[in-house]
Amino acid sequence: MEKTETIAENARAGFEPRIVAFVCNWCTYAGADLAGTSRLQYAPNVRILKLPCTGRIDPLLVLKAFEGGADAVLVSGCHPGDCHYTSGNYHARRRWSVFGKLLAFAGIDGRRLYFSWVSAAEGQKFADLINSITKEVRSAGPFDPVNPARRRT
Amino acid sequence: MARVGVFICHCGENIARTVDVAAAAAAAAKMPGVVYSADYKYMCSDPGQQLVRKAIADHKLTGAVVAACSPRMHENTFRRAAAAAGMNPYLLEMANVREHCSWVHSDRAAATAKAIDLIRVMVEKVKRNRGLRTITVPVEPTAVVIGGGIAGIQAALDIAAGGKAVVLIEKSPSLGGHMARLSETFPTLDCSQCILTPRMVEAANHPNITLMTSSEVESVGGFVGNFEVTVRRKARYVDPAKCTGCGECWSKCPVKNIPSEFDAGLSRRTAIYRASPQAVPNQPVIDARHCLMLTKGRCGVCAKVCPRGAINFKDADELVKVKAGAIVLATGFELWDHSAYGEYGGGRIADVIDGFAFERLASASGPTAGEIRRPSDGAEPKTVVFVQCCGSRDEKAGVAYCSKICCMYTAKHAMLYAHKVHGGRAVVFYMDVRSAGKGYDEFVRRAIEKDGAEYIRGRVSKIYRRADGKIMVRGSDTLAGTPVAVEADMVVLADAVTPRPDARTLARMLGVAYDADGFFSEAHPKLRPVETAVAGVYLAGACQGPKDIPESVAQASAAAAKTLGLFARPKLEREPIVARVNRITCAHCRACINACPYKAIEDFNILDRSGKVIRVVANVNEGLCQGCGTCVSVCRSKSVDLDGFTDEQVFLQIAALGPEESGVKSRGSS
Repeated sequence: MEKTETIAENARAGFEPRIVAFVCNWCTYAGADLAGTSRLQYAPNVRILKLPCTGRIDPLLVLKAFEGGADAVLVSGCHPGDCHYTSGNYHARRRWSVFGKLLAFAGIDGRRLYFSWVSAAEGQKFADLINSITKEVRSAGPFDPVNPARRRT
Repeated sequence: MARVGVFICHCGENIARTVDVAAAAAAAAKMPGVVYSADYKYMCSDPGQQLVRKAIADHKLTGAVVAACSPRMHENTFRRAAAAAGMNPYLLEMANVREHCSWVHSDRAAATAKAIDLIRVMVEKVKRNRGLRTITVPVEPTAVVIGGGIAGIQAALDIAAGGKAVVLIEKSPSLGGHMARLSETFPTLDCSQCILTPRMVEAANHPNITLMTSSEVESVGGFVGNFEVTVRRKARYVDPAKCTGCGECWSKCPVKNIPSEFDAGLSRRTAIYRASPQAVPNQPVIDARHCLMLTKGRCGVCAKVCPRGAINFKDADELVKVKAGAIVLATGFELWDHSAYGEYGGGRIADVIDGFAFERLASASGPTAGEIRRPSDGAEPKTVVFVQCCGSRDEKAGVAYCSKICCMYTAKHAMLYAHKVHGGRAVVFYMDVRSAGKGYDEFVRRAIEKDGAEYIRGRVSKIYRRADGKIMVRGSDTLAGTPVAVEADMVVLADAVTPRPDARTLARMLGVAYDADGFFSEAHPKLRPVETAVAGVYLAGACQGPKDIPESVAQASAAAAKTLGLFARPKLEREPIVARVNRITCAHCRACINACPYKAIEDFNILDRSGKVIRVVANVNEGLCQGCGTCVSVCRSKSVDLDGFTDEQVFLQIAALGPEESGVKSRGSS
């Protein structure tokens, strides 16, 4: 009971979204590094988890992130044709087009899952992306893992 | 029980300005499994590294997290320090609190909270890290050089001089590339053939170089140290072992009206031909598209006159597999096709030619034996207009970049023209003159001041042929602010330098990146200009971007040095991040085998004692696996896992980000 109250208080005090970003090592991680070296400011709500390739990012990881309290998840890798491992991002793209539909079917808001290509040269794109996602998630409100579709019972 | 040490770097003020490092160190000390936590001004400095080494030894650490800059910057530094202290280097991880935190946020409280989160995530990961050993793979000390122009020749000669074997692959029937077609070279005006042909012969005769002309790369497999290149050796219909290059065949060939590629269409060749009299190897090939015997089944004159019986009409393409440790890409460039410029005649005016055609006109071995004659009627042009930036620096119809070499070769053309046609008028239209390089600007000044080339700053808006045969060139002089019209006899367009259209196909075969224009991308524009992002694949010459001859040669030698450096090691060390299969749960559905981009997963037979196959499972070949993890997420029975990025580790990392540090429980159970 206490926890619920804390969350309610947080919501009243001003909701700060938690965004988990699964990024590939070669493009988006380096793009985020470039945002850093260019000193581009973006919202501090994102936590980057590095994986070798978007091909490694299992839908299960996304579900775990939601289960663990993330309000939104970003998956980002190399542009089509630029995958360090030739084709991992194509596997990812196919997977997300299906998985996104599944989440929508389960009633989960489209503002919860984002998929993007950010290259090692796109520091600005990474910063803009995080800012726009943070804004959208702020408007969507906190994610409730018990009742993700927020159906009234 | 895990014993993790956390080391937080101030990076001078870079991290400490926005992250409260002392608070982060205190928070880290309370994380489960952490037995040591410290912050220091410069962790990467010698005393900083000593601090890490000492703590690892004193506190018997089983894992370490360095919260500092990006792992791209100093992961190797700290892993070496860990190894020096007796810890397996793969038990050390970095939390990126500089690039991903202190540099991108200004709110100190939020940045500190985020830094603590990032540290907690890595502490969770490192607790489940396994000590890994680098994988060693043998190196095949043979280099494949793709492209037989000056860059490819130089790279091949340098590698061969280092005592290693080279396979030099050239698409056309002869070595030499574009440089063999040039008349004279800037800024010294030495004859291109005189400096190039000895190198072509040297490359062809070198005992360490295997020359494959009329050959193209069909596919590339493998990885650094162990590439397998499949080469298509195209049918030549002439047996190179028998042919002496006597020339009986091409002097008797009845098909004589094929525009010569080598002479930019200014002369005609036969169906059995050699590219030029200086071709290496100096043996003809049959052009199957034009040969009467091969297209219509009758003729065969060349076979009748050949004294050695070298003609073989039944010759067919052949696929040759080459094992190589390194690949040098030297595929060169092409000139942009100016027929896209309708206002310049759209390529339909015979006397509006490109730079290569002018080179052939000016060349002593060219169709006019070095006399400047215009293509339409063979008359000596009294006025020649040179137009720079044709297609370059034009985002709309051409390319956005500067082609770099045109300012110099146009000045050379104007100079050669003045030397050969006395009293002739050379007019150069330019946007800017970019002549940076040793002796380059002096060269352009010489063309203007000594040889009287008229330089007009401005773009040409229209080129057309008047009824009396004169070619009108209309443009503007942007310095004088007036329109200009020149009556010319010939126009030379300095077309943009573009990558070869098939370069992208080759890049995809190798996994090499290319830029928006189609030039191959280097691994780092400043510090790794010769390497590509693919280990063991190097770049030389204009396939990477517009380059002149000295730059191409310099890069080719650099690529050769990189290749020889790679071959100097008998074995290669590789990151041990590879996938592993749980043979007990694997159901052999083959999903991972189909998904693997490296064909690194194969069937593995489990035998009983009598040697009978009782079960088949997937097995990862460590030498081939690159550690992308695509197999992990396609596995339906969760039987594949990736070292360093196991499901368990990522789940714990995710959980470490939950509210109240254990998100799985907090909201789910309330």
